[in-house]
Amino acid sequence: MVQTSPRALPALYRSTIGKKAIMAVTGALMILFLVVHMVGNLKAFYGPAEIDEYAAWLRRIGAPALHYEWFLWIQRVGLLVVIGLHMLMAFQLTRRAKRARPTRYRHRPKVQGSYAARTMRWGGVIIVLFVIYHILDLTTGTVHPDYRDGEVYNNLVNDFAPERWYVTLFYALAVIAVGFHVRHGLTSAVQSLGIKSPQRARTLNLAATAFSVLLVAGYLSVPFAVTVGLVD
Amino acid sequence: MKITLRVWRQKGPEDAGKMVEYQLDDVSPDMSFLEMLDVLNERLIAEGEEPIAFDHDCREGICGMCSLVINGVPHGPERATTTCQLHMRKFKDGDVIDVEPWRAQAFPVIKDLVVDRSAFDKIIQAGGYISAPTGSAPDAHSIPVPKPAADAAFEAAECIGCGACVAACPNGSAMLFTAAKVTHLGLLPQGQPERYDRVVKMVQAHDEAGFGGCTVTGECTVACPKGIPLETITRLNRDYLAATAAGKKKS
Amino acid sequence: MTDSFYTLGDPIADTKAPKGPIEERWSRRKFEMKLVNPANKRKKTIIVVGTGLAGGSAGATLGELGYKVIQFCFQDSPRRAHSIAAQGGINAAKNYRNDGDSVFRLFYDTVKGGDFRARESNVHRLAEISTQIIDQCVAQGVPFAREYGGLLDNRSFGGAQVSRTFYARGQTGQQLLLGAYQALMRQVDAGNVELHPRHEMLDLVVADGRARGVVVRNLVTGEIKTYTADAVVLATGGYGNVFYLSTNAMGSNATAIWRAHKRGALFGNPCFTQIHPTCIPVSGDHQSKLTLMSESLRNDGRVWVPVKAGDTRNPNDIPEDERDYYLERMYPAFGNLVPRDIASRAAKKVCDEGRGVGPGGRGVYLDFADAIKRLGIDAVKAKYGNLFDMYERITGENPYEVPMRIYPAVHYTMGGLWVDYDLESTIPGLFVIGEANFSDHGANRLGASALMQGLADGYFVLPNTIGNYLANNNKLGEVPAEVIAEAEAGVKAQIERLLSIDGDRTVDSFHRELGHIMWEYCGMERTDEGLRKALTLIPALREEFWQRVKVPGSADDLNQSLEKAGRVADFLELAELMVIDALHRTESCGGHFRAESQDADGEAKRDDANFSYVAAWEWAGEGKPPILHKEHLEFEYVKPSQRSYK
Ligand SMILES: Cc1cc2nc3c(=O)[nH]c(=O)nc-3n(C[C@H](O)[C@H](O)[C@H](O)COP(=O)(O)OP(=O)(O)OC[C@H]3O[C@@H](n4cnc5c(N)ncnc54)[C@H](O)[C@@H]3O)c2cc1C
Ligand code: HEM
Ligand code: HEM
Ligand code: SF4
Ligand code: F3S
Ligand code: FES
Repeated sequence: MVQTSPRALPALYRSTIGKKAIMAVTGALMILFLVVHMVGNLKAFYGPAEIDEYAAWLRRIGAPALHYEWFLWIQRVGLLVVIGLHMLMAFQLTRRAKRARPTRYRHRPKVQGSYAARTMRWGGVIIVLFVIYHILDLTTGTVHPDYRDGEVYNNLVNDFAPERWYVTLFYALAVIAVGFHVRHGLTSAVQSLGIKSPQRARTLNLAATAFSVLLVAGYLSVPFAVTVGLVD
Repeated sequence: MKITLRVWRQKGPEDAGKMVEYQLDDVSPDMSFLEMLDVLNERLIAEGEEPIAFDHDCREGICGMCSLVINGVPHGPERATTTCQLHMRKFKDGDVIDVEPWRAQAFPVIKDLVVDRSAFDKIIQAGGYISAPTGSAPDAHSIPVPKPAADAAFEAAECIGCGACVAACPNGSAMLFTAAKVTHLGLLPQGQPERYDRVVKMVQAHDEAGFGGCTVTGECTVACPKGIPLETITRLNRDYLAATAAGKKKS
Repeated sequence: MTDSFYTLGDPIADTKAPKGPIEERWSRRKFEMKLVNPANKRKKTIIVVGTGLAGGSAGATLGELGYKVIQFCFQDSPRRAHSIAAQGGINAAKNYRNDGDSVFRLFYDTVKGGDFRARESNVHRLAEISTQIIDQCVAQGVPFAREYGGLLDNRSFGGAQVSRTFYARGQTGQQLLLGAYQALMRQVDAGNVELHPRHEMLDLVVADGRARGVVVRNLVTGEIKTYTADAVVLATGGYGNVFYLSTNAMGSNATAIWRAHKRGALFGNPCFTQIHPTCIPVSGDHQSKLTLMSESLRNDGRVWVPVKAGDTRNPNDIPEDERDYYLERMYPAFGNLVPRDIASRAAKKVCDEGRGVGPGGRGVYLDFADAIKRLGIDAVKAKYGNLFDMYERITGENPYEVPMRIYPAVHYTMGGLWVDYDLESTIPGLFVIGEANFSDHGANRLGASALMQGLADGYFVLPNTIGNYLANNNKLGEVPAEVIAEAEAGVKAQIERLLSIDGDRTVDSFHRELGHIMWEYCGMERTDEGLRKALTLIPALREEFWQRVKVPGSADDLNQSLEKAGRVADFLELAELMVIDALHRTESCGGHFRAESQDADGEAKRDDANFSYVAAWEWAGEGKPPILHKEHLEFEYVKPSQRSYK
């Protein structure tokens, strides 16, 4: 089916639309990761055994063909490439935009477009900063008060303990930022890939909002449950 | 009505330019915005100053020549209305109004409020047409066009090429303008043979002219005096990706 | 009957229109023509001034044929030519409705509508070509209105009894122009057309008696430059702005054709102007232009004024028996749908009686109350919604609740440079197309016929006839440097003069005053006395202009006052010729109504015995009375009759 002409792809990559399409595809992969990750997190409600086993299983995927943690590393590298591409495209498009619109209006109007659309760039940066902290926190344990390898349940409960409410708050804010980013990102990606049809514009917006709310709720449920003592 | 105007004055492309304040004491609500500027200009000439340069021609909202950013909004506060069709009754006595030119790298300021929009012509030149040499056309009824397609094509074809979309877009993107033409021609059976080729060439011209990329901010369509919908951009993206990623040549 | 205000020259002997059966003339003429061989076309340069329907279509077609085209317009893009503003539609004798239309009927309607002051051969050719235009535009992707079956829709327009008007909502001109513009841009991309927007033509270069180039001013840098070519085409539109207020764009001007006139091109029927009855009335002194409301409104709206003079009551408080539906009363057969000139004059008449409404008393009601009652508000909205919105935007009144106010306004100029059957002016090598020439519409243009003419000229007629000229003038040689120097010097001298007067009146104030004079004395109704008065007022105003005008700024950059000043200077001369033309034509015909020539009912009375000719005026020099050349008109196919709409 694909009969790509030789010069089409470089042209695609160079064009603003191509770059946007790359963002959309990488964004979609990251959303896929977020969904799987959320599902994993929710296992915390079923107690230590289940979630710890899940973490262990993650590391065994592909066995015996794959060695211990190989899959995880493949996934990590994949994710890194994805996020790198996503950020590179975001950076290039932003630089282009700055060059295309070098002068500001003296009179700054109230924002007319959607709020989420205007916060994509800063939102993305905040998310990356959060992820770095988050990995140091729950993957490597570097900034964790009581990190124990393989004991995910324990790590969570200690992390979001009531007296550490500020950590919970920080996570909450970050997750909400993710929600905003995903909400606009979804509609935007659908449009960037040319999937949206005029009749479904409203439906799409609603669906994206609903999805993001569910995502945010799913993520927040775990830290909050720990903080208020539902999970301990 | 009393109105205070703060207008961008810039002698030429190289001049730095600045906002200059003017006081008008006798503005009639029946005046159009441009007629108010006419009155101010008459006064400036009488006082020996150079009048404010601004683009305009038809003054009926169709030629797309008028182009003022009024209080930060291209074409001013009234929705779906060009600057020339905006009337002073939309403002209040005592209002302070800021008037600036379209801002975009691809639209350099020539003087005061006048900018150079020839980049739009370049985009059309690249492929915004159907090749139909004069005299070679078959009878108009030889290809029926479904009414919904004809109507949708018409709505996209309504674009007046004013550039307000670019002026409004935080990325300085001309995607709405480009998409309007791609949609107009891409919806008609006559436009099919060149459909994919056209979109690739037009997007390339768009990027080369120095416009930014579209990140679906949606401000363009709000500022557009003809209400060209955002979906045209979706359509453009679809055709573009089909042509490049999937190598589609014919529909 | 030569009067002192003009002198009589030789009649025009030959229009190049072939003889024989009228339906064969155009093919005959095309066959007679010499052709330029394709390899030579590339060596031929043609200048086209103007990018409206006429210029745009001509530039695109000539480029496609292989000529090298250099094209100019004063706006920032060719797409902004004033053709873009045409609303109603374009005629074509397709007979898709099976309602008895034919090329001959369109020809007949146009000759009759023009009150028998147009050349039959030209009009027939126009009607023949009309069908091809629609095919061409559809192929280009012009989104004409369609029916559910996918075929093109038609509407009826301006007095015609058949439905032959093709349209694209209320934006037909826009869509047709964009079609031509896109075709033109394709040729620019192909390198066949060299485009110069924001350039204004300020003089014609004539060498060895032939049009060989133009002097233009780059409106951004102020640079004066001459471009030379093998032939020059003017497609610069109408000169309605001589009246200051009109439905034309602010920049519409007569400069190109006027300077060509002064270089020797005859000016045909300058006084024939069309006044459109349904425009939004003037609201104050600040008014800069008048906006047309589509004529289609008269299909459902009822026109009236109060019976009593000076009745300032709210229109909704005026009872039925105190309203005068004057069109229905005076013209029971056609009622509100009488042709433009008649509706316009009737409105003027009731306002002159003091019965006009609105500020200044210059307006009549166009009332939709009955239509809303009959059809329901939604149906009225569906039909006229965009027009009602536009009206509300401009006037601030809601026409669903209060009757609209309308008044006639200058709309179209039937006059223009005189051209023969080949669209060539009396300067060899100078071709004139579109509204800029005088052809085809006689003394009154039918609705939806200007777009047809512009495209017929540009796509189909000119590309043929100009080839013949080029083939016959194969060795034109270089344009002598001193000819170019002379033309440029003249242009520069005028610019310097305008800038150096440094008087105390703005250009606009002169333009406004000229407009008042023209509207008052050379507008809807013209009298011997009024025209003679205008003939003293205009030269005096011109004199004053050259003493007192103030043009700030310099010649070396964008200077909109300077642009305007040059245009108004030309209007001040053209206006005088219009008045002379109106004064010499003591008959009434079409848009030209002489109060002295009316029948007992106040209807226009034509005088075929004395005036069955085109008045083609020659410039005799500064301060000298112009010279009248008559092109006698023969009517072999449509016998002149008196129009009646009673
Ligand atoms: C409001 C309105 C509605 C109308 N509706 C209809 C309708 O429904 N149907 C219909 O058939 N007709 C209609 N007409 C009439 C019709 O639109 C015009 O007669 C026609 O479009 C004129 O086309 P054109 O190409 O001759 O000139 P224009 O479109 O006026 O183009 C003139 C061109 O010449 C250029 N130019 C002028 N002077 C110079 C110069 N000195 N130097 C360089 N360039 C110059 C301009 O830049 C422009 O490109 C309408 C007219 C108006 C005003
Ligand atoms: C607030 C709710 C969240 C909780 C409770 C949570 C919990 C965890 C835990 C426990 C781990 C370690 C898993 C393991 O080592 O097996 C982890 C890893 C990770 N999380 Fe989260 N997370 C949350 C939100 C997020 C968000 C919003 C993102 C992204 C935007 C994210 C991105 C990651 C990444 C990239 C890893 C590293 C995966 C790897 O090891 O390759 N997390 N998270
Ligand atoms: C969990 C991590 C992330 C996810 C799930 C995600 C998702 C998405 C998606 C789906 C889009 C829409 C693409 C399109 O419009 O076609 C998008 C756009 C964008 N993302 Fe991300 N992104 C993430 C991280 C980031 C990061 C780290 C950055 C920043 C450096 C970033 C910056 C942007 C920008 C600038 C856009 C485009 C703006 C716009 O479309 O309006 N994103 N993102
Ligand atoms: S899309 Fe709208 S805003 Fe942009 S140029 Fe066209 S009419 Fe103007
Ligand atoms: S505002 Fe700009 S970002 Fe896209 S949706 Fe419109 S072009
Ligand atoms: S002046 Fe023509 S659209 Fe405003």
